[in-house]
Amino acid sequence: MELRRLKDRLKTATRGHKLLKDKSDEMIRRFMLYIRENLRLREEVEGELQASLNSFMLARAVSSDAAIEEAVSMPGTRLKLSASSQNIMSVDVPVFEITKEEGGELYPYSFATVTAELDGAIASLAELMPKLLKLAEVEKTCNMLADEIEKNRRRVNALEYVMIPQLEETIKYITMKLDENERGATTRLMKVKSMLEQQNGVQ
Amino acid sequence: MRDGLIAVVGDKDSVLAFKAIGVDVFPVSDEEEAKERVHALARTHSVIFVTEQVAIWAEMYLKRYKARAYPVVVPIPSAEGGMGLGVSGIRANVEKAIGADILFNKEDKQ
Repeated sequence: MELRRLKDRLKTATRGHKLLKDKSDEMIRRFMLYIRENLRLREEVEGELQASLNSFMLARAVSSDAAIEEAVSMPGTRLKLSASSQNIMSVDVPVFEITKEEGGELYPYSFATVTAELDGAIASLAELMPKLLKLAEVEKTCNMLADEIEKNRRRVNALEYVMIPQLEETIKYITMKLDENERGATTRLMKVKSMLEQQNGVQ
Repeated sequence: MRDGLIAVVGDKDSVLAFKAIGVDVFPVSDEEEAKERVHALARTHSVIFVTEQVAIWAEMYLKRYKARAYPVVVPIPSAEGGMGLGVSGIRANVEKAIGADILFNKEDKQ
């Protein structure tokens, strides 16, 4: 009875193992695609961000601190996202979409009070924002995929090196025990038969 | 609930520029402040850009957010320059997932 149950479990375990292994392969394939994009985006964004922050620093150097702070303190636009999630290999990853509020102006200050450097810095920063968000999205996806791949690998290994060998071991033990019993029964029968024959022969 | 808000946390020089384009800006100057700020923002904002210095300060929290979908925390270089934290993060991910750093080795050869 137990043997039958164990055999069923072994079958399930083997099938699960195969499925998980396939899943792992596919996840790694996708992960490679994402991580490549992540690297590319990261390099691009860091370069561009550096440039625009530098020009912003330059603008601060040219005008007084107070003027700059006043200029940017009341933003004309407000950047908003609609954040949803997407399912990649049963991992929920975020997806963003920028929903800029309409009617706002990019430059929330009078052009008379600040220099052109600030305009440039802000314009390039605003341009960079979608890319920055894309980076956020991709990087998060990579993070979560990496995590999931690791977890999945643990599961595969647990099945492959612990669960399946253990089940096989137990099945083997039970089978041998049953065979042993059967052999014991056969010999007993044969013995009884020969004893009976002997008795019959004496009489 | 979070409402698709974007926040930037970092030293004042680096984050001020972001204010003009309409994201929420939080200047911080020391470790305690950075930790508290990031922790509080995690509940209200979906994307948090932090400068690399803040990322190091608040590392404990950032690790916790890594496995969740939201908030998304992204390290960015500050006005003074980057420390390569972003790229090293990518590298760590590759190593974690595949077990070896195959992406960067390949590039070295090219």
